[in-house]
Amino acid sequence: MSLHNLTLIGLQQKFTAGEATAMEIVRAYSLRIGQVEPKVRAFVTQAREAACEQAEVLDRKLKRWRRTMPLSGMPLAVKDNICTDGVPTTCSSRMLQNFVPPYDASVIGKLRAQDYILLGKTNLDEFAMGSSTENSAFGPSRNPWNLRCVPGGSSGGSAAAVAAEECVAALGSDTGGSIRQPAAFCGVVGLKPTYGRVSRYGLVAFASSLDQIGPITRNVSDAAFLLGAIAGHDPLDSTSIDRPVPDYMKALQKKDLKRLRVGVPVEFFTEGLDPEVDHAIRSAIEELRHLGAEVKEIRLPRTDAAVAVYYVIATAEASSNLARFDGVKFGFRAKETKDLLDLYIKTRQEGFGPEVKRRIMLGTYVLSAGYYDAYYGKAQAVRTLVCQDFEAAFKEVDVIVTPTTPTPAFKLGEKSEDPLQMYLSDIFTISVNLAGLPAISLPCGFSKAGLPIGLQLIGRAFEEETVLRAAHAYEQSTQWHQKKPMIR
Amino acid sequence: MEITQQDVEKVAQLARLAVTTSEKGAFAKQLSQILTHVDRLNQYDTTEVEPTTTVMGQVNVFRDDVIRPSLPSDKALANAPEREADGFVVPKILEER
Repeated sequence: MSLHNLTLIGLQQKFTAGEATAMEIVRAYSLRIGQVEPKVRAFVTQAREAACEQAEVLDRKLKRWRRTMPLSGMPLAVKDNICTDGVPTTCSSRMLQNFVPPYDASVIGKLRAQDYILLGKTNLDEFAMGSSTENSAFGPSRNPWNLRCVPGGSSGGSAAAVAAEECVAALGSDTGGSIRQPAAFCGVVGLKPTYGRVSRYGLVAFASSLDQIGPITRNVSDAAFLLGAIAGHDPLDSTSIDRPVPDYMKALQKKDLKRLRVGVPVEFFTEGLDPEVDHAIRSAIEELRHLGAEVKEIRLPRTDAAVAVYYVIATAEASSNLARFDGVKFGFRAKETKDLLDLYIKTRQEGFGPEVKRRIMLGTYVLSAGYYDAYYGKAQAVRTLVCQDFEAAFKEVDVIVTPTTPTPAFKLGEKSEDPLQMYLSDIFTISVNLAGLPAISLPCGFSKAGLPIGLQLIGRAFEEETVLRAAHAYEQSTQWHQKKPMIR
Repeated sequence: MEITQQDVEKVAQLARLAVTTSEKGAFAKQLSQILTHVDRLNQYDTTEVEPTTTVMGQVNVFRDDVIRPSLPSDKALANAPEREADGFVVPKILEER
């Protein structure tokens, strides 16, 4: 077994036991990246030299004093909208193509303090706007299970890198499903924490009331492990919540699901749900029942409104957040402009791709005089109804189980001409962000064509432990997470 | 909701974006489709519903107004598209009379 085959916890144990040096780990991953990256194209920036330097420093330090931290020497990939001091952070946009952050995001600071190793920055849909990575200014990433298919998005590069074993684990960000949907498409585990559980400081803002950073990993234990490393209050993010971080690994110790009440929302099992996905999810629900869970039907009647609410609120927030890209202090600046207004307009015209422009315009429209109440105000009110649906459901159940996506991964180019169809592919993940809840996606089967299918488990706010425990029990009773793609 | 090419032009101007003639048509069509989908929100009665502004119920978060280290100006200026000494260079905004 090569080092790149190990899980995060497996590799960590090997490293702590002194059976592998940081340099050996980095070399193994460099080799692996060299083999598969030309096909998968998960990375925007590879940090090979910096990774070698970090490994060398760490190995030397450990020779003097053998004291490791949980993520010491662990080779991670980070979505390229999370700021890394001294390493380019492009958001897969021409606008930030040459941007080198002068500071670390708070999550990166936490990882760095534990001597993690950054292997590189992963591809995304430009500014995290999309569901396939096809909106990246640097070209799409590929799904390791079928290179003609999308890896999902927007954290498609992170999910593809984990699936292709180009890193041991990765960070993504999730605004409407951007961790869970690519995790489902690539057959890996993706966790969106509760809004406020993880600091957003240094995450390039897309929709601030929805964005959340989370782990993408090879199994549920790794997700619990990595979440524990990045969670916690941060004075630099006023929306992060000051609550103790539990030991998420402890939550995994209970192997059965006795007395766990699991809800199945009928609204998620309608037309448009691929029959193979439907079958896989129903089998998974049976397995949860077999593990001792009490399964019951529930209703989330406003599910139908979620995509509409989301595309008003997310674009409104985006139009405001992306106003900062004006070509003045950092990022791209258009040449040959005649005055300041012309500089703004040309810079934004040339720096943003079509999907980003579309969303900025939609957001500007729904916030503009005369339409604000009809669209933005209305969407915020219906958002309350979506939250109320969850509140009511969580009085009856502890976890809600759904498909992560209506279909397995689609083909490159299949939806890129039809924005609304692309938006509707997020239908099962979006309402979770609107309500700020934690949710995980984990593998629960494969289509006949050999593409992974994802199971989503949603929990109450700050009950990541319950979600992880249910996911772990399911995972341990199945073999889906052990299947690996043949990359060809 | 039908979005016209004039609407697209107006919104683009508000958002400090330029749109080409061909983009104008495409955006008008796509934005119309999306807003037509959004119109389904009107089937929900929200007259008695408080809008959600924050999901975790946070209110304003204050901190003491104390001086702490900030980025040195060289680092802050390192990404400037154009700089001169310790400043960002922009086109002038005042017209000569």
